[in-house]
Amino acid sequence: MNPADTAFIIICAAMVMLMTPALALFYGGLVRSRNILSTCMHSYASLGLITVLWALFGYSLAFSGDVSGIIGNLDKIFLQGVGAAADGPVDNLPHTVFMAFQCMFAVLTVALISGAYAERIRFSAMLLFSALWMIFAYCPMAHWVWGGGWMAQLGAVDFAGGAVVHMASAAAALACAHAVGPRLNLGRVPMTPNNLPMTLFGGGLLWFGWFGFNAGSALAANGLAGHALVTTHLATAGGILGWMILEWKRTGKPTTLGVVSGALAGLVAITPAAGFVGLMPALFIGFAGGMICYGGVLLKNRLGYDDALDVVGIHGIGGTWGAFATGLFATAAVNGVDGLFYGNPALLWAQVVSIVGTWVFVYIVSRIILCVVNALVGLRVSPDAETNGLDISEHHERGYSL
Amino acid sequence: MKKLEIIIRPSKLDDVKQRLSAIGIHGMNYTEIRGFGRQGGHMEVYRGSTYAVDCLPKIKLDVVVHDEALDKVMDAVISAARTGNIGDGKIFIYDVLDAMRIRTGERGNAAL
Repeated sequence: MNPADTAFIIICAAMVMLMTPALALFYGGLVRSRNILSTCMHSYASLGLITVLWALFGYSLAFSGDVSGIIGNLDKIFLQGVGAAADGPVDNLPHTVFMAFQCMFAVLTVALISGAYAERIRFSAMLLFSALWMIFAYCPMAHWVWGGGWMAQLGAVDFAGGAVVHMASAAAALACAHAVGPRLNLGRVPMTPNNLPMTLFGGGLLWFGWFGFNAGSALAANGLAGHALVTTHLATAGGILGWMILEWKRTGKPTTLGVVSGALAGLVAITPAAGFVGLMPALFIGFAGGMICYGGVLLKNRLGYDDALDVVGIHGIGGTWGAFATGLFATAAVNGVDGLFYGNPALLWAQVVSIVGTWVFVYIVSRIILCVVNALVGLRVSPDAETNGLDISEHHERGYSL
Repeated sequence: MKKLEIIIRPSKLDDVKQRLSAIGIHGMNYTEIRGFGRQGGHMEVYRGSTYAVDCLPKIKLDVVVHDEALDKVMDAVISAARTGNIGDGKIFIYDVLDAMRIRTGERGNAAL
């Protein structure tokens, strides 16, 4: 056990925890005022529900042992044997600290999906979906990539969760958008953000928390963690400029929502690459990520699904770009793995397989779960409840009394 | 008595109030409203998606005046609220049957 590493990861875990309330601010500002509380509630519900499930059996399914490269075993249910000793998957951290750090990722991933079904899902359906999704989609994904499952064995790399967190939440988001259907009167009435300053501040807090997310994924207080911090910051800055330039050119004005979306796109894109690519490639990955995700959010209008807050456009497209770019720009000088541009096309192939595998697996599992949830409790609130807003109809509260 | 329903740009409210006050009109109500006429609205862009916002904020003033004061009041409003651009607003004029001051029971012009 290493005390410096332990102190660092405890702080990183707290920073990643903060990303979920930050997401509540980010998403909450983007919906109409009648749904602000329900949207924040989705993030807070994840903090409660997913933490509990993680402690009961989720952690064990993801990180304890290995059953045929598919899933972990149940040796660590109820956190049995997860204590202060450094006997977990890494030998420099107390097992509890590793478990807690990973817990925050699970919480955030489930909360990210909520952007797709915001403004119309039944709260009980959201809870049931989240619980089942964590068990049948997140735990296998985390196991495949970080727990020694088949994606890791294939040689695919994912530094901080481009596949597990961002592509997985986006594939689930796409499934939700398809299964839940578009919001009432979409396209006929403007569905504009109720509080962009809140979104901007939430985005800033996400950026802050992301340093814990990416740098902490080095799982040690070392040079690689510092490298990941800098790649993260550079890519985010690049994402801001990429999105802003493209938007300015296309619609004539740069927007604040564009700037914060570009930052997020840069953060998402660098997530899988943060500990594998050099600094200038990181800047490029973020800059291109901002531009690509700008195109990504326009996809939903073309393809006709209502991903309310653009989980697919930003986390899906950005995460896919980041995972692909890792296969291009990874260099052994940073972390021992070369990509295509450094003479190793095998990494790019592994990345492509993991990208396709993630999208297909998570989308299908999510659609099955959504069918089950729809049959059990019904996915959607009634049209009247939707018109009145979920704050009143699902929670008997109002966000604003002005 | 005539009632004037005066729709103006929000930026002209203070000018109009001042000008009416200067010609002896000391009572009025105003409401913040939204609507559209020839001016149309504006565009808002969120993440590349463009929304047409067709209702713009305006101010509606309600003033009741003596018949003789009508022209003077209309001139005052026009001089204060006119910019010459589309969107300056409109004035609608109605006959008022009667009025009463609740405190004293005065009727007609005396109630204004």
